[in-house]
Amino acid sequence: MATLIEWVVAPLRYPFMVRGLLAAVMVGIVCATVGTYMVLRGMAFFGDALAHAILPGVAMGYLVSGGARDPIFWWALGTGVLTALGIGAVGKGAQVKEDTAIGIIFSGMFALGIAIISTMRSYAVDLAHFLFGNVLGVSQGDLWLTAAFGAVVLVTVLALYKEFLVLSFDSVLAATLRLPAEFLRYLLLILVALTIVVSLQTVGVALMVAMLTTPAATAYLLTRRMAPMMGLAAAIGAFSGVAGLYISYYASVASGAAIVLVATALFLLTLLLAPGRGVLWRWFRDRRT
Amino acid sequence: MLRAEEVAVRYNGTPALSGISFEVATGERIAVVGPNGAGKSTLFKVIAGILPTTAGEVQVAGHAPGGHICIAYLPQRSEVDWRFPVTVSDVVMMGRYGQLGFLKRPGREDRKRVHEALRVVGMEALARRQIAELSGGQQQRMFIARALAQEAELILMDEPLSGLDLPAQEQIMAILETLREQRVTVIVATHDLNLAAEHFDRLLLLKGRLIGIGKPQEVLTPEHLAAAYGGQLRLVETAEGTFVLQDTCCGGGH
Repeated sequence: MATLIEWVVAPLRYPFMVRGLLAAVMVGIVCATVGTYMVLRGMAFFGDALAHAILPGVAMGYLVSGGARDPIFWWALGTGVLTALGIGAVGKGAQVKEDTAIGIIFSGMFALGIAIISTMRSYAVDLAHFLFGNVLGVSQGDLWLTAAFGAVVLVTVLALYKEFLVLSFDSVLAATLRLPAEFLRYLLLILVALTIVVSLQTVGVALMVAMLTTPAATAYLLTRRMAPMMGLAAAIGAFSGVAGLYISYYASVASGAAIVLVATALFLLTLLLAPGRGVLWRWFRDRRT
Repeated sequence: MLRAEEVAVRYNGTPALSGISFEVATGERIAVVGPNGAGKSTLFKVIAGILPTTAGEVQVAGHAPGGHICIAYLPQRSEVDWRFPVTVSDVVMMGRYGQLGFLKRPGREDRKRVHEALRVVGMEALARRQIAELSGGQQQRMFIARALAQEAELILMDEPLSGLDLPAQEQIMAILETLREQRVTVIVATHDLNLAAEHFDRLLLLKGRLIGIGKPQEVLTPEHLAAAYGGQLRLVETAEGTFVLQDTCCGGGH
């Protein structure tokens, strides 16, 4: 018992670990909450694309400020919101299919980001941080920004819970109830962009989509109603963040990767064991009948 | 209740509907019939106020439809994500959201309305079911309950009976009959001409334009049917009357 407590407490002696844990918990909760809508609306590809498309913004912020954190955040935020709105407008009267258009925009922007970063001297190290995150490098200021914008996202999602629910389940109903369906749709895209920006430092661009979709997909397998799904997704997201960081600490694994691997493992376990719907459950049921 | 005047809709330059004029009285039940691609769904979207007309105008209860929350549009069952994590009463409650306004949570009055709506369609016992566990007829009845919770005065149903077995179809027709007493106007799109002729006050035969509107026997004349369906339709004369045989094998599907 004492060793277990020691095992849990030991990393907390380092302030950078405490900040990292706080960031991971916040990011886990915000990502999973917004991710619930993304999973239900089939927006995983959009989330992945948007995360990658933010890279040139991050790179510009980095270039302009010489590595200071705050400007990077604001540049990423601006790029994220603009790209979200741009992708949201794609597909209306476009010449190519929506997913093709998103693919083109996303890879083009990602390439631009890499090109900008490659002009810098510490190219490889910096790129790795942006791509895979560096949760242990989270500063006090980062923590406040994450908390503030994460709170904005959560409050908006909860305040407009029923509107987003109708929009996602039946957009025609949303229109006949005269809800501002188009406004809500764009608002959701902006919320996804905000979520990605606040999570950038924790999991990075490349693994972002896992934090957005995996916990929500796990919760989807375990619940039959929207509100519990959202709550459970947030809990799974937060747990993955904490467990991942401990694994990262003790096994010297990259933190972002460890967090995502925990979330993925939870998903696979649920897929196998979920009551009523899991693979094993069905197997037993089929054998009995 | 509903008045359409010279309504025309164009999609990307090609006309989907043109020169549609008709009126519907309160409490009437109308079946909109026509081949696939005749513009039935387009007409419904215009009436519901979610698709603008290119020309002409639609008035519901004296106003443009865009301002109303008393119009319910029931989706085709195939267009719904039945694995969405909501229960039957969650879906019916969505009908209340128009009245609720932003930031308000459903109260006792709303729950009462939901319960009453489920009672009318005979689904109180299924209120807590996840929607994936419903049969086709139950799914359709749930959406009727949602329209009732919405306090809809005009209900538009897009192919509500397709894919349902006969008892389920009859159950839904019986519910529509009770709505007549509540002065709810119902417009149903269907490709089943026999069913339309049997159960509805008037038929509206559509094929891009209005081919006929009126009592079934006035609308389903050989000339009208030929104009709407071309060679897809056979009229079979028997001792009991004329039957319509439809060739729907090669339609666009739903």
